This record gives sequence, C-alpha cells and structure tokens, in this order.
Amino acid sequence: MAEAQDAGDQPLLVAENLSKNYGRLAACRDISFTLYPAEVLAIVGESGSGKTTLLQMLSAQLAPTSGRVSYRMRDGVLRDLNSLGEAERRFLFRTDWGYVHQDPAQGLRMAVSAGANVGERLMAVGWNHYGRIRDAASSWLERVEIDTGRIDDAPRTYSGGMRQRLQIARNLVTEPRLVFMDEPTGGLDVSVQARLLDLMRNLVSELGLAAIVVTHDLAVARLLSHRVMVMKGGQVIETGLTDQVLDDPHEPYTQLLVSSILPP
Amino acid sequence: MPAMIEIANAEKSFTMHLQGGVKLPVVRGVNFAVNAGECVVLSGPSGAGKSSILKMIFGNYRCDGGRIGIRHDGALLDLAKAEPRDVLRVRRDTIGYVSQFLRAVPRVPTLDVVAEPLIVTGTPRERAREQAGKLLRVLNIPERLWTLPPSTFSGGEQQRVNIARGFISDHPILLLDEPTASLDAGNREVVVGLIDGKKRAGVAMVAIVHDDEVRRLIADSVVDVTSFAAAA
Repeated sequence: MAEAQDAGDQPLLVAENLSKNYGRLAACRDISFTLYPAEVLAIVGESGSGKTTLLQMLSAQLAPTSGRVSYRMRDGVLRDLNSLGEAERRFLFRTDWGYVHQDPAQGLRMAVSAGANVGERLMAVGWNHYGRIRDAASSWLERVEIDTGRIDDAPRTYSGGMRQRLQIARNLVTEPRLVFMDEPTGGLDVSVQARLLDLMRNLVSELGLAAIVVTHDLAVARLLSHRVMVMKGGQVIETGLTDQVLDDPHEPYTQLLVSSILPP
Repeated sequence: MPAMIEIANAEKSFTMHLQGGVKLPVVRGVNFAVNAGECVVLSGPSGAGKSSILKMIFGNYRCDGGRIGIRHDGALLDLAKAEPRDVLRVRRDTIGYVSQFLRAVPRVPTLDVVAEPLIVTGTPRERAREQAGKLLRVLNIPERLWTLPPSTFSGGEQQRVNIARGFISDHPILLLDEPTASLDAGNREVVVGLIDGKKRAGVAMVAIVHDDEVRRLIADSVVDVTSFAAAA
C-alpha cells in the first residue's frame, strides 16, 4: 500500500498548453492538466467542443499544433510523447495503453474469433504458448461477463453490449496502466449501459487503472470519474472533483449542462 | 486534544447564471469547531444552509472564502483549498458522509453497497461483507434482501442501507444529514445507539436532525445556523 502511494504521487501523464488548429479553426486551445496513477478523468462537453481532438492528442494519434504531452514510462522517466522512438510508441499502443472506441467495430477485428481478439494483444507482446493465450482470453471473457462458450465466435455475431465488453477485455488483457475511452457507452441502450458502467467501474478500481473518458453523458462522468473537465469551444472552462462540478457548477455553460438533464 | 474540524469564516453563495446571474448568498462567517468524540448538531429552519455547511465540510460544495480545517493524517488540512486528489484521500480515510438519500449504482447488491467503503481501503472482500452483514442485521434489514440492489427498497430501508454504508468505516469524522428522517421509533433508537458507539470510539460528528428527541439524545452542542445568515 505504501509503495502504491509513493508511485501515486508522481504524475502519469502531463499535458502542457495543448492546442490544435485546423486552418483558422482552433479545435483545442491551451489545455493543461496532470493525471495521476489510478485516477479517472472525465472530459465532458457537447459535440464539437474539442473532446475527441483532445483525446487523440493525449493518446499520440494526433500531433498538437503547440504544447506537449508527457507520459511516465514503466522505467519511471517522464517522456515527451513526441520524442519517443517507434519501438517505444508501439509498446505504449500494444501494452501500456488501452483505447476503447465508441464503435466496437473500430477496436475489434470483427471477422476473427473473440478469443483471437483478446489473444492478439498478448501475442503482440511476445506470448507464444497457444494454451496459455487461450486460458488468459477465456478468463478475461469471464471477467467481462461473456459466456466462454462463445470464445470461438466472431464478434460480428455478438450484441452491441457484448461487443463493447469484448473490446474492454481486449484492451485490459495486457494490464495497461492507462486507458482512453471515447464515449464508451454511446449507442448502447440504457440497461446495457448500466451493466457496462458497473463493470468498468469495478475493473478500473480493482486494477488501479488510470483512465481518460470522453463522454457527453454526465451520468457516466459521475459514476466513473474522480475528476471532470468541462469543455466548450475548444477550451476547458471548468474543472474539479466530479461531484463538486456536478453539484456546485460555477460556469454558465456547466450550469446549463447540469440543468439540462431530465430526471428519470 | 486538537479539534478534528475547525471552520473559520467560511462562506458560500450560488450564482445562478441561467437566472440572469442572480446571486444567492447561503452562509457567511461560519465559525465552529468539533472535537473528537463530540457530536455537534446544526439547527435552524429549512433553507438556512445546514446541508450546505455539511457539503462544504465534505468538499462537495466549494467555499467562496474562509477555511475548512480537517485533521487528516495528523495535520490540519484546509479542505477549501485542497487539490482534488487530497479531497479524495480525506474522504477515503477521514470523513464519512451519510446523505439523506442513497445514490446507489444500479445492479450492485445491498451487501456490496455497504461493504464498498471497507474494500476500497484494503479490507479483504469477505471480511468486509461479514461486517456489512452484521451492520445490516443491527439495522433490521432482513437477510433475504442483502443480495438485491437497494433501488427497489422502501424509503426507510434505503436510508438504513445508507446509514450502514456510512457507519461501516472507522472514519474519525462523520457527517450525518437527517439520518433518522424516515425511520420508525425502533430503528431511530438503533441509530441513536450507533451514534453513541461512534462517540465512544472518539469520532467527531456534525449532524442535522429535525427530531427533537433524537437531537436531545445525541447533541453535545448545538450550532444555530441562522447566525451565519448571509444578508443579500
């Protein structure tokens, strides 16, 4: 526990003055924050507020126009993502990071079996024993509540909720330290969402994962995140503990967002 | 003995941007302290700001000024200026909060709802569940309900689940917002007994209770919130 505390005192990811322009359009302006291990940060805001652009810059899929993102590699050294070599980038994408897409078809290979979808990430990091890979895949299917009898079926035969859970298993099998999620519950019906949220919440806390979750759904932010950043027009307009921001919103736009939720 | 809670000159107002920027003053000049083993009851009519003060102490509402001193890890930490991660640590280790309403995650069984605060601080799941069961039994929640999520329970049952969740940890500070509001006489007595147990364990408590009898039984001192009224 003491050891985990010490590790938790050093930031895992640091964003400094991140901006992204598309021609004259500023998609993200001057965004800075620090993420610590085991911390879940939600980025909320309406469509077009720059959430997804920000997520792509944080996950090294998009180069910022200015500013930088640094990440603490497993050797404990904080490195500018821009300065990483190809091998190090691959290590991040294949092992140390997860990326959960809103549309599972983007994060899964729809035509190969569920077991192979999960096992593929392990093979990419050097696992080569078929039996062990299959065991690991099967135990992960169980963890995300997928009947292991479906391990040889391709995800295109799965329901939307199962696909999303499979995508999560595929991402977590390599024990990443940071997971990016882009609207992870978008497009799922409400009962399926609740199950997925409960599952994600438990996995994140059991594994001590850090996560950055983009969502326009404040209920998702409340349930999953410790901290929240509210974005509007490419800028972060309010930030704080999730329950502070949602129960005591200060900015006009945040008050509008919070008051726009229909009570069930 | 040093105070567990020391509030100095705290103030809070709401600015309602959607209502033309109307400023609603809530409280100002809030000053009081709570020692270990002491229960301070906040009194005053509805709307005087009692719940707001509890939320300020929990770090749920942000203060506009003043200090919310909380004894955490052997030192006094100003929660009004603390970083989010420090607030989370204070909540994990130091301050428990029993709100009026249970905000439960769908699908999670009652036993786990109650056991969760222990599990996150490292108690093995089985032991945490055992303790949760003990507390639920004391609070007269029948065992057949433990595996069900509490969302379908009656108001009184939900409140008792909430109390069990709030009382299960050994937090040195406990905030109670109307813990007995929808309970019958028997269960009210149980809660008074639990509060008494916490006092003997040295827990500092701030409570809101409307029931005069309960207040008489648990209050070591009463703070009149109307004296913090913020003139508009």
